[in-house]
Amino acid sequence: MAEKLRFRDPEFAKGIASKIKSLAPKAGKVKICHICGTHEWTITHYGLRSLLPENVEVIAGPGCPVCIVPAAEIDEAVQLAKKGVVVTCFGDVLRVPGSQSSLLEAKAAGADVRIVYAVSDAVEMAKREPDKQFAFFAIGFETTAPSTAVEALGNPPLNFSFLVSHRLIPPAMELLLGIGDLQIDGFIAPGHVSAIIGMKPYELFPRVYRMPTVVAGFEPIDVLMAVYMIVKQVSEGAARLENEYPRVVKWEGNTKALDLMNRAFMVTSGNWRGIGRLPDSALQLRESLKDLDARAKFDVKVEQGRDILLGCECHLVIIGKIKPNECPMFMKACTPAKPIGACMVSSEGTCRVWAKTTSE
Amino acid sequence: MCLAIPACIMSVEGTKANVDFGQGVVRDVNITLVEAKVGDYVLVHAGYAIQVIEEKEALETISLWNDILEAGQK
Ligand code: SF4
Repeated sequence: MAEKLRFRDPEFAKGIASKIKSLAPKAGKVKICHICGTHEWTITHYGLRSLLPENVEVIAGPGCPVCIVPAAEIDEAVQLAKKGVVVTCFGDVLRVPGSQSSLLEAKAAGADVRIVYAVSDAVEMAKREPDKQFAFFAIGFETTAPSTAVEALGNPPLNFSFLVSHRLIPPAMELLLGIGDLQIDGFIAPGHVSAIIGMKPYELFPRVYRMPTVVAGFEPIDVLMAVYMIVKQVSEGAARLENEYPRVVKWEGNTKALDLMNRAFMVTSGNWRGIGRLPDSALQLRESLKDLDARAKFDVKVEQGRDILLGCECHLVIIGKIKPNECPMFMKACTPAKPIGACMVSSEGTCRVWAKTTSE
Repeated sequence: MCLAIPACIMSVEGTKANVDFGQGVVRDVNITLVEAKVGDYVLVHAGYAIQVIEEKEALETISLWNDILEAGQK
């Protein structure tokens, strides 16, 4: 247990911070991008940015799976609910704005929208109420997609279907590298996505893009270590793929989960809120499971949605181009109690994470 | 939302396991995605265990950190 406590040991953290400081002059300006709402939470909650030297900056990329659900797919869920289908979803997604309304607003207007903790809970509900149609709004990255796969392949009841909106992380990282003026010097890759996909999908970043990439866990020491490992690579002029989180992330990932995902889904292009369409970045149910596709079953398809409201800078926050407090609405018109953009809604949205620590 | 929390498996029944998150929080999770047995620590995300945390490796993380930091001094 004493060893475990070291994950948050402030003295140890200071030790790493001083090592980063001693390397930093050699490295020059270093901009590190993480792609995980939980990393942003750790960094903000423990004030890790204040431990870093001035030339080392950590920015948040599109790592909040709730924030990047495009309005058109919220609209699809709302349409389903309006057609009398019981829409089940994770709590975070309830208040995410669609083009006209959120699921919460649809619920207030009488639609049957229910929060579940796990997709299996939604399946159980459908079994208990066989005279109603149920759909599960399956959002999330590779961390979450395997659980959808388990249920899709597990013979769900006839009154159950899926509105699949899963997205994949590596294509979003690749997109960031194409944004010329972002100028990222290294990636902290998300530990729990990596628990599933393993290290291999990141190989291209050092190899093709010469981008130091470190898979990291979520304790403050994990994140500081990852920063150190990247600054060290930059100072050496090296670009390697390294694993700071071997206690959870294996090279091959979770092969059982990957196999189930592969059996249930095929990879397709997908829209990301604030980003647009990315090739090979989304999952859809395979042809053999098309009876489970809520879009086909209930004939819902929304092509165009309104992702960003006038004045909201979510599209810039999502790619790490600006910090939440650079949005004129931050903590003025837009607060956790009255969120305007998706980044303020989800507990892992960058604006929400910053709002929480600002107000604490 | 990609947060996953470690829990210890107390009992297993088919694809379901009863796990202890500590501080008295106990619930059933699905273990289809992992090979896990009673006494193992698993990472739980949205009701599904997504990976087994190997205790040995958890402890080794600390020494890994020290190794990396020491290597940096050379
Ligand atoms: S503070 Fe609100 S309005 Fe501004 S970018 Fe964030 S979510 Fe959008």
